Amino acid sequence: MSFDFLPDKPIYQQLIDRITGDLIRGALQPGEKLPSVREYAVEAGVNANTMQRVYKELEGMGITETKRGQGTFVTENAERLGQLREEKKSQLIDDFIRNIEALGFTEEEIAESMTRRRQR
Amino acid sequence: MIEIRQVARSFGRRRALDGVTATFGQGKIIGLAGENGSGKSTLLKIMAGVMGADSGEVLLKGQPVTRRSAGRQIAYMADADLYYPYFTTDELLRFQQSQYPDFSMEKALEAAEFLNIDRKTRLKNLSKGNRGRAKIVATLGREANVYLLDEPFSGLDPMVRESIVKGLIRFTDPERQTVIMSTHELHDVAPLLDEIAVLKNGRIAAHDAVEDIRVAQPGGLSAYMRTLYEKGREPVGKPN
Repeated sequence: MSFDFLPDKPIYQQLIDRITGDLIRGALQPGEKLPSVREYAVEAGVNANTMQRVYKELEGMGITETKRGQGTFVTENAERLGQLREEKKSQLIDDFIRNIEALGFTEEEIAESMTRRRQR
Repeated sequence: MIEIRQVARSFGRRRALDGVTATFGQGKIIGLAGENGSGKSTLLKIMAGVMGADSGEVLLKGQPVTRRSAGRQIAYMADADLYYPYFTTDELLRFQQSQYPDFSMEKALEAAEFLNIDRKTRLKNLSKGNRGRAKIVATLGREANVYLLDEPFSGLDPMVRESIVKGLIRFTDPERQTVIMSTHELHDVAPLLDEIAVLKNGRIAAHDAVEDIRVAQPGGLSAYMRTLYEKGREPVGKPN
């Protein structure tokens, strides 16, 4: 199956989110080899130019490394991967706060509900 | 790179193309959109050198496209079932090989395998979806600089459309091959496209990079098409 994409966010960005998400969930492991650009493009049903850009950005972010003649691998740099996890976490929290503020909830109110929910 | 300069073409008193000018960069996959009768097929035929323009010209790498030069560099796939219905896919591929010096039987057979085509059955006895697949294989078997595909997904179910999308990604090389296709199924095809060019009233009404549209246009591509048809608007971005 090809991947599903949101209509108003660049596809390359959605693919980066997907791959970094896989890494955080553990579906993709440090040191694991990624498919070739073409293979991954076919799997996702996206343009090879778009996938090329995804690989370039991931490498620029320090998430992957290209070994000449061998392909692209997830970095084994634990520090960078830990940092990625933290970035994702604050991104989720920022999104969440933006959403509750948009509806007029206060952080205290939400925190209280969260505590009550955990006690159930 | 393919350049279209002020191309016009009429049928009787109806002006199908009214001064189309556009440049499509090498290695891009471009979707040609527009309502029925907006001139998509006519433009593709003129680009393929199978139809003449009343005025204007099409240049491929700086050289005017003629029927003769097109046959060596441009692989055109028509909307209609042009091939002999009593051909099997094997026969169709051998026919293509006899017609085009750039045809690679090895590539065609690999594509036929990738798309799961039964090569021994006559085209007329294949389902519409499998006939669509056979057509694309016969076209992709050529190592052309440019592929011009007229509605490659038209009337095909989502599974077949997906397999053809994958075949196109797998068997074209963005380093050196350009793909231009007319299509109605923009939603399914959007992830495949680098750029979209919209024909309206015989002219290019907009030509943008698809990733730019996703950023600039709330609601994405379908909203973009809607605004374009409702009001006529300024392009949101420039293709690079």
